[in-house]
Amino acid sequence: MNKIKSIEQVLEHIHDGMTISVGGFLACGTPETLVDAIIEKGVKDITLICNDTGFPDKGVGKWVVKGMVKKVIASHVGTNPETGRLMNTGEMEVELVPQGTLAERIRAAGAGLGGVLTPTGIGTVIEEGKQKINVEGKDYLLELPLKADIALVKGSKVDKKGNVYYKKSTKNFNPLIATAADLVIVEAEEMVEVGEIDPSDVMTPSIFVDMIVEGRK
Amino acid sequence: MIEDKNRKREIIVKRVAKELKDGDLVNLGIGMPTLVANYIPEGIDIMLQSENGFVGLGPAPDEANIDPDIVNAGAQPATVVPGAAFFDSATSFGIIRGGHLDVTVLGALQVDQEGNLANWMIPGKMVPGMGGAMDLVVGAKRVIIAMEHTAKGNPKILKKCTLPLTAAGQVDLIVTEMGVIEKTDKGLVLTEIAPETTVEEVLAATEADLIISENLKEMDI
Repeated sequence: MNKIKSIEQVLEHIHDGMTISVGGFLACGTPETLVDAIIEKGVKDITLICNDTGFPDKGVGKWVVKGMVKKVIASHVGTNPETGRLMNTGEMEVELVPQGTLAERIRAAGAGLGGVLTPTGIGTVIEEGKQKINVEGKDYLLELPLKADIALVKGSKVDKKGNVYYKKSTKNFNPLIATAADLVIVEAEEMVEVGEIDPSDVMTPSIFVDMIVEGRK
Repeated sequence: MIEDKNRKREIIVKRVAKELKDGDLVNLGIGMPTLVANYIPEGIDIMLQSENGFVGLGPAPDEANIDPDIVNAGAQPATVVPGAAFFDSATSFGIIRGGHLDVTVLGALQVDQEGNLANWMIPGKMVPGMGGAMDLVVGAKRVIIAMEHTAKGNPKILKKCTLPLTAAGQVDLIVTEMGVIEKTDKGLVLTEIAPETTVEEVLAATEADLIISENLKEMDI
């Protein structure tokens, strides 16, 4: 099975109204080639799952500025003033999720769990509308799995089968979202032959990856 | 009472640094807490966590040595020390919630006498999101608040927080330019007082009920 695709081939699968999860932490480890290609296609009404909304000119923040996003699910939006503005005018919905909870909700979706119990958010507005469960005397919130239609992953080194290695702090949410979407697309900073990544160094096994595109240099 | 802004900061971060113990894993929040790293006492070996995915955070790099693949939790270029390790966000917050993080140092908009903390939003004004703060405050073994005692003269240490909480009842210690306040079962206890500062001044700048320790000391800085 050939997973290596052109940007055009990948874009055929990305449509208005989809839920798209994107890797990166304040745009470090974000697949910018894919982000830009989706801008060029003019995809609208995206529900975006990402740690944050990047910056107005960097990462998924560009989607927000272009008005492509209907709803954001993120832990932090403070570095992109446009997110705050659209949130205040009601043009874009923002669901703020504690960062650790966001990671676990995505992980739960990829791991076949019905949710996770976390103490984070107890006694705060985050618990509103959520089931509280007491386990051995301690309260936890039931946080539900979060799955995307499409995951856009940035790999530092990707072999032609789809095994991924992430450099340094580019890892962040990338290996998590790669487990929790119907279609997982990896942008390779460097594409290598199968076998060039030692199996012990593989961070996202190829079985999670559906498509690979080469990132621009 | 100390008025100079820079001197206030220096007193706060120097005093917080003395709370750190050899072998501690520590997460320093953005802003003033970050400066604590500059005052780690000699002979104390601590490991700093950056919640975007590593332990072993080092000093900021100079212009020539910026690696775009290493940023801190505020997206600033960062370095790692020998022995550092990178991981994904689930592992990072597993460390935080799982009882592996010894200390977190954060700023605050408000703290109250129940140990409640508000530091993530002002409704209608500032809604940047909580980022990792809610997990850090719930998960760290020890929560230290490093902040100026008042905001434009208004108390920040209150009987009850009025802003949305970051977490309930998790604060252990408050360090300000006026003193050191411990959260105990009996309430907030002033244990140390800053130089050039009187107890009356601290009480006037604090809305919360404050117990004055019988062993009140001058702030150790």
